[in-house]
Amino acid sequence: MTMKILVPVKRVLDYNIKPRVAADGNGVDTQGAKMSMNPFDEIALEEAVRLREKGSASEVVAVSIGPQAAQDVLRTAMAMGADRAILVKTDQLLEPLAVAKILKIIIEREQPGLISMGKQAIDDDMNATGQMLAAMLSWPQATFASKVTVADNCAEVIREIDGGTEVISVPLPAVITADLRLNEPRYASLPNIMKARKKPLETIEADSLGVDLTPHLTILKVEEPSERKAGVIVKDIEELVSKLKTEAKVLP
Amino acid sequence: MTALVLIETEGGQLRQAARSAVTAARSFGDVDALVIGEGAEAASHLEGVRKVLHVTNLNHALAEPVAALLAQLASQYSHILAAASATGKNILPRLAGLLDVQPISDVIAIRDDATFVRPIYAGNALATVQSRDAIRILTVRGSSFDPAKDGNTAAPIETITAPDDSKNVRFIRVELSQSDRPELEAARIVISGGKGLKDAANFDRLLAPIADKLGAAIGASRAAVDAGFAPNEMQVGQTGKVVAPDLYIAAGLSGAIQHLAGMKDSRVIVAINLDPEAPIFKVADYGIIGDLFEVLPALEKAL
Repeated sequence: MTMKILVPVKRVLDYNIKPRVAADGNGVDTQGAKMSMNPFDEIALEEAVRLREKGSASEVVAVSIGPQAAQDVLRTAMAMGADRAILVKTDQLLEPLAVAKILKIIIEREQPGLISMGKQAIDDDMNATGQMLAAMLSWPQATFASKVTVADNCAEVIREIDGGTEVISVPLPAVITADLRLNEPRYASLPNIMKARKKPLETIEADSLGVDLTPHLTILKVEEPSERKAGVIVKDIEELVSKLKTEAKVLP
Repeated sequence: MTALVLIETEGGQLRQAARSAVTAARSFGDVDALVIGEGAEAASHLEGVRKVLHVTNLNHALAEPVAALLAQLASQYSHILAAASATGKNILPRLAGLLDVQPISDVIAIRDDATFVRPIYAGNALATVQSRDAIRILTVRGSSFDPAKDGNTAAPIETITAPDDSKNVRFIRVELSQSDRPELEAARIVISGGKGLKDAANFDRLLAPIADKLGAAIGASRAAVDAGFAPNEMQVGQTGKVVAPDLYIAAGLSGAIQHLAGMKDSRVIVAINLDPEAPIFKVADYGIIGDLFEVLPALEKAL
């Protein structure tokens, strides 16, 4: 099947690093911190690579929108199996709305049959880009996917919902957003990391796309949440239950 | 100003998170409620609801037709809200994409008509943002707003039809877990288990009797869900459910920041863990260092 899958990947503060609010109170300090591919995007990419390996797709293209350094996550994406990559370069911090607008233009140019992307980025936790992109393209969407089966120009998707799971079938082209349990992404092997260096990476200046990137939200303040204080270690269940009844008053 | 709230129902009943969304919406002015399929009657009794829009030609809240309908209605409203649930987060950003609006997810506080507080980085920071969009599209955290109660009067119910804009998406089936326990986000007491419970059988055997005695909901860490001890809908954390019960009992889970993001606003936290260094003790009001396989049965007996 000659279907192209496009996978947007975001460069974010590494999963294992504890975020610190920047001194200017306007964001989180990422200066010099380890940056990695958004974990949900890794899952989305893994799914795309598996679909190509199964013969359901012919090419996987990774796209990142961000500073020059975002090419590192694109190299990782290619080491994990993407065939080529596109960096849409900007030093501006973009909102999901602007990201969706840029992706729409790339998609119109690339004509993929499927967009596989993470359900949310672990930095702004907005969980919105995929849904907005689908709306702008007038495509169907299947969010929070935990299983994807592609056949007959449709994707059957099991979605994680609040009370359990839901199964829907979406005609392609469509946007699918990956939830945690869709798959377990592979590690890039050393030979594949070497090979990825030779794969094509195209750079496009975001400003050249004619998209209005003006933020719709102004960040007035970013602050640390109030910390909980550690309490006491009780010696046994009797003491615990007694404290829950008389001190915390959460048990009758 | 008038706000429209997309109300989620289950079996004709209002989900608690929908009630919280109504409370949040009332800070803007009048509130209309949009109900898909069953539940219009229940929504009409909500305190503060001016009118119920009842969509009769859809049985499932698929994102494509519901977002298209909301986009048609949008010009009458200053704010459009839903719970920050799987349904709310599926539909409202799509609506925002149709209207060229930057949606604001997981709102935990409303400062004024345009200014909202939301957690970022798994709740390790709180951002106060101001929207310059004419229509503000918000999903709100149920744990941050009191659920709206039923009032003494019933609001009028108006029947409306969603546009035929399914994009040929087919609903195939839904599998809801059956449980007599309270909804996780609405429960007054939650007991959550982690990898320390070792397998699915122990997870159930050790937690269920305590949950039954306390009338508690059962939650799980991501590790426990990934390992198959518990279904996905039980996951508490950054990408799962966010809960703030009166009492949260964390059994055999270490307390990764992604888990803390989903429960650290609980009123009282109890941690039970064998590892005294587990980060969960840093947020717990009461901790017990010990073997779950002894502590949990003892707890059940003591209740």
